[in-house]
Amino acid sequence: MSGFFAVEGLDVDIHGKPILEGVSLEIGRGEIFGLVGESGSGKSMTALAAMQLLPHGAEARGRILLDGADVLSVSEAAMCRLRGRRIGMVFQEPMTALNPVKTIGQQIAEGLVLHMRMTRAQAMERVRALLDRVGLARARVTPERFPHQLSGGQRQRVVIAMAIACQPDLLIADEPTTALDVTIQAQILALIREIVEAEKMGCLLISHDLAVVAEMADRVSIMKNGEIVESGRTAALFANLSHPYSKALMAASNHVPKRAKGPAHSPANHGLQPILSVRELVRAYPQPRASLFAKSPPVVAVNRVSFDIRPGQSVGLVGESGCGKSTLARALLGLEAPNGGAISVLGQDPHSARGATREVVHRAVQVVFQDPYGSFNPRHRIGRVVAEPLYLLRGEIDAREARERVAAALTEVGLTEADMAKYPHEFSGGQRQRIAIARALVTRPKLIIADEPVSALDVSIRAQILDLFADLRARHGLAYLFISHDLSVVRAITDDVMVMNGGRIVERGRTARVFDHPRHPYTRLLVAAAPRLEEALAARQRIEEAGTG
Amino acid sequence: MLVHAAKRFAGLFATLIVATAVVFLVLEVVPGDPAQVMLGINAQDDTLAALRDQLGLDRPAWERYASWVAGFATGDLGTSYTYSVPVADLVAARITVSLPLALLALALSTAIAIPVGVYAASKRGGWQDGGIMALTQVGIAVPNFWFAMLLVFVFAVTLRLVPSGGFPGWEAGLWPALKALLLPAIALALPQAAILARVMRSSLIDALHEDYVRTARAKGLTRRAVLWKHAVRNALIPVLTILGLQFSFLIAGTIIIENVFYLPGLGRLIFQAITQRDLIVVKSVIVLLVACVILVTFLVDLAYALVDPRLRRR
Repeated sequence: MSGFFAVEGLDVDIHGKPILEGVSLEIGRGEIFGLVGESGSGKSMTALAAMQLLPHGAEARGRILLDGADVLSVSEAAMCRLRGRRIGMVFQEPMTALNPVKTIGQQIAEGLVLHMRMTRAQAMERVRALLDRVGLARARVTPERFPHQLSGGQRQRVVIAMAIACQPDLLIADEPTTALDVTIQAQILALIREIVEAEKMGCLLISHDLAVVAEMADRVSIMKNGEIVESGRTAALFANLSHPYSKALMAASNHVPKRAKGPAHSPANHGLQPILSVRELVRAYPQPRASLFAKSPPVVAVNRVSFDIRPGQSVGLVGESGCGKSTLARALLGLEAPNGGAISVLGQDPHSARGATREVVHRAVQVVFQDPYGSFNPRHRIGRVVAEPLYLLRGEIDAREARERVAAALTEVGLTEADMAKYPHEFSGGQRQRIAIARALVTRPKLIIADEPVSALDVSIRAQILDLFADLRARHGLAYLFISHDLSVVRAITDDVMVMNGGRIVERGRTARVFDHPRHPYTRLLVAAAPRLEEALAARQRIEEAGTG
Repeated sequence: MLVHAAKRFAGLFATLIVATAVVFLVLEVVPGDPAQVMLGINAQDDTLAALRDQLGLDRPAWERYASWVAGFATGDLGTSYTYSVPVADLVAARITVSLPLALLALALSTAIAIPVGVYAASKRGGWQDGGIMALTQVGIAVPNFWFAMLLVFVFAVTLRLVPSGGFPGWEAGLWPALKALLLPAIALALPQAAILARVMRSSLIDALHEDYVRTARAKGLTRRAVLWKHAVRNALIPVLTILGLQFSFLIAGTIIIENVFYLPGLGRLIFQAITQRDLIVVKSVIVLLVACVILVTFLVDLAYALVDPRLRRR
């Protein structure tokens, strides 16, 4: 395929340190080119090099050709005429990509006035057309709105409108849906695909998610450590991966931890007393008054939720952002008082329990959060971080035993006793999540609440952490409440699942049954929206065969 | 926006009421007999009695408080003990010096600090940035009255460009009056400008690292256009906070500066009133200064909402 956009032998150094080495790719009009890799593989750097927006101290060599002209050799002034006009870019974080103090109309119009020499009135006319083009006019989003008045998905549509405003030849989308919920992700991906097709743009789609790329891209390159390890037509490439890294990446994406079928999670445990029992739980937040005389109705974040978790049971809780799952987790941990209903941990209410009862309750339930780095005090050594929950056992164990427990917990998660003397910043993201798990294990809990524990991790690390969770459960008979927006993770690690929407649990049952034969319309929507690698590849296969045959 | 302003205004009014109550309590009720305090321990009994009668001290405290507060509305703030003229007249004469001085200093410090901060941020890490940062460090460290003496020495004594002190009055004409206020305003403004410039610089550097700046660059805006059109307005938000806080420091600063430059302003009035135990003058001037600061805070709050649309709906 002859591309109008080509990267040839691109090397990028930052302060002498090589970031990209010999990256080459080519994109044709109307084609979506996928660039896949884990964090730090150089995907975003490739995009920034094409825009000449590399960070300070970066030096690029090689050629980046746009219709035969080398982007790397043009002046900054010429580059300013190119950016936004010939190459448009969509970024990952819609929440921060827009200027909070300017209206969306002003921000979309800016490029039009700059590149197309439009008057303000003409530009505003075009802004309205663009808002309609990206599906915002239907949602009654007018150009006078400010970014904070829009949802994440709507903001990403504004960013797309900005990127396509001057009808560029190339659209670069850097993780455009990573920060969005699956149902919104499906809408945004469909919008990008439709625009690329209709406007005959080329599109460079950057993602860590193999399923997203398989669904979207005509051709794919897989990157690792600044180099492209393998490229080809999507279905054909994934069917015959040859590089060991690509194979490992593929395996990690589909990874399902081996789960030993022990007595702890046989149907027999249904006779056991539940560790956690939730009945008709309600958690509501008051709203600011709408006017002086009328009290606004409170926002009900968790609405009459009931469930039990028995020893050794692994339960998933899935739902999109704002559905109430994190509020539920905070209530379960006793961090917030429920407005109605009851929570009981080993027969005690975690919020009102005091003294020795409170310690027993909190010892039994521990937590692992999404971002372990944020939950560690950066000035404490790992030994102290992990030992923190042991205050719940004060008086029962002495300093020597506490130290032994911390060491044992670290060994349990695959770290060593020597790591106790280190600080959190000395560890990688995956290791930090192991430390967070060690901290949860140190009181020998019966239930671990894990709130998006693998969402911030790369797929290969995610596979390892999921294995660790499965392994710990097999060895200690731990029960889990696994909170996640990622259906594939929940499917891999849980026996039972609850689907939450608008504060209510709308569907529950065995995980395989709920995901394979969803009954509630919302679950169906959720399952349909989640990209699945195998199905996407099968669809690609059909397209590619039709193309060649 | 209107609701926001109305709410802020109500809050401001409540603050003012609390301030008058505190000033009243501290100066009148707590130290015992104000007449005794004002006249000193060697005062004659009949003088004391006369002053008590003049101050209305035989009336209950809440009644005196009410009439004092009501005085602010009618303009009758009582009569100064030392000057034997109405406090309102004293204050009215002096505020025409102090308020222009403080406002001039505020305008100067903003006019110096914002361009300097923007320039330093745009040259971040360069020698220009380093030089400006060193200068602002000096500006913060050196007290304003020392600046004042330095300015007098250079511009008044050596160069003879401006008077070294005193105030000709506004009736002498706009330019002579402004000339008399120029040096004191500069002396007041410089240390504040140094702080403000540093805040502006660091806040702008933060803003330049935001994602929306990258988005704007991706649209094809030049580095300069992004700085002025996107980053500066966002960077102004923390600068406004400091600006509001600084106004009360400027007002307090006038007390010293007016003494250095021999200006007949509120600062010197309150300074003399305190040394002469003229409590009626002291409490009225304090309330007036409090009102000024509260008003500026209110204006800053409104400016916030102008700069940041996210605050308009509260």
